[in-house]
Amino acid sequence: MILGLAGGCYFFKVGGLIAADVTRPTPRLYRVLSDLTPAVLAGLIVVQAFDGGGTLEVGANTAGLFVGALAAWCRAPFAVVLVLAAAATAGLRLL
Amino acid sequence: MGNRLKLFWARDHRRDGVLLGAAVGIFGVTFGVLAAASGLSALKATAMSLLVFTGASQFAALGIVSSGGDPLSALGTALLLAARNGVYALSISEVLPTNRVRRLAAAQLVIDETAAMSTSQPAMEESREAFWITGISVFVFWNAGTLIGVFVGEVVGDPLSWGLDAAFPAGFFALLLPHLSETRKRVAALLGAGIAVIGIPLLPRGLPVLAAGLGAVIAAIVGGKKR
Repeated sequence: MILGLAGGCYFFKVGGLIAADVTRPTPRLYRVLSDLTPAVLAGLIVVQAFDGGGTLEVGANTAGLFVGALAAWCRAPFAVVLVLAAAATAGLRLL
Repeated sequence: MGNRLKLFWARDHRRDGVLLGAAVGIFGVTFGVLAAASGLSALKATAMSLLVFTGASQFAALGIVSSGGDPLSALGTALLLAARNGVYALSISEVLPTNRVRRLAAAQLVIDETAAMSTSQPAMEESREAFWITGISVFVFWNAGTLIGVFVGEVVGDPLSWGLDAAFPAGFFALLLPHLSETRKRVAALLGAGIAVIGIPLLPRGLPVLAAGLGAVIAAIVGGKKR
């Protein structure tokens, strides 16, 4: 199973590269490609903040994300963003 | 040697890449601990972290199998969670080396963190550096963490109690911010987030994030029509 998973994962990673090479992108397509990462990342952020395994759940980590996001918005250094988010979440969980 | 190190750290993306790696490494320890607790052999756990090298998939597969789930559905869920790496690869293919061997090696390192880091840089040179430094850092820390977790056990405790699970979306948000200054990308991100929100209750795990990619497609279509 592990080998299958590893193979599958690698296939995705390389497949994306091959797809990019093969379809010589038009400027339009190229713009879509560069928009993909922010779209997927935004989705990832949402899932990490709200996903309670199939339901939308607001939790300590959601609050932590907001704290970190605020710090990021205020141009705090990366490390500070990470630490603040973690600390806020941990703090809330202690309550 | 001290001066060299200072110069290395001076560039933000290098420092942040290593930081991300360290954060991932802590989760790696958790993975190792969980794997060992689930009865997975050290060899299998290490192999997973080396070969699969995608945290979400590894945790999902481990979780499903160790709670008695069917290996095939574990594989399916894990693959769904890994599919977004393919989307990243499609999107950042320019950042990767052109030399075939190096390109194939680099492909293994295409994950959330490297995609986020490399796309938040202003120029190609920084993007490439960010990709490699983040990629190697995450690879080293993740695997070292797994090893530590498997052999040493509950050293770090639960990352959740440290709130580390919030650190990642916050970090990704920080990396996303530069994109948001461009209208197109802001729209794509908002659409992506919206689709993901709708998708969480409706779609199986892994799909909401993939579906979020549609946000980019929709933004492009609508944007094209406006002209």
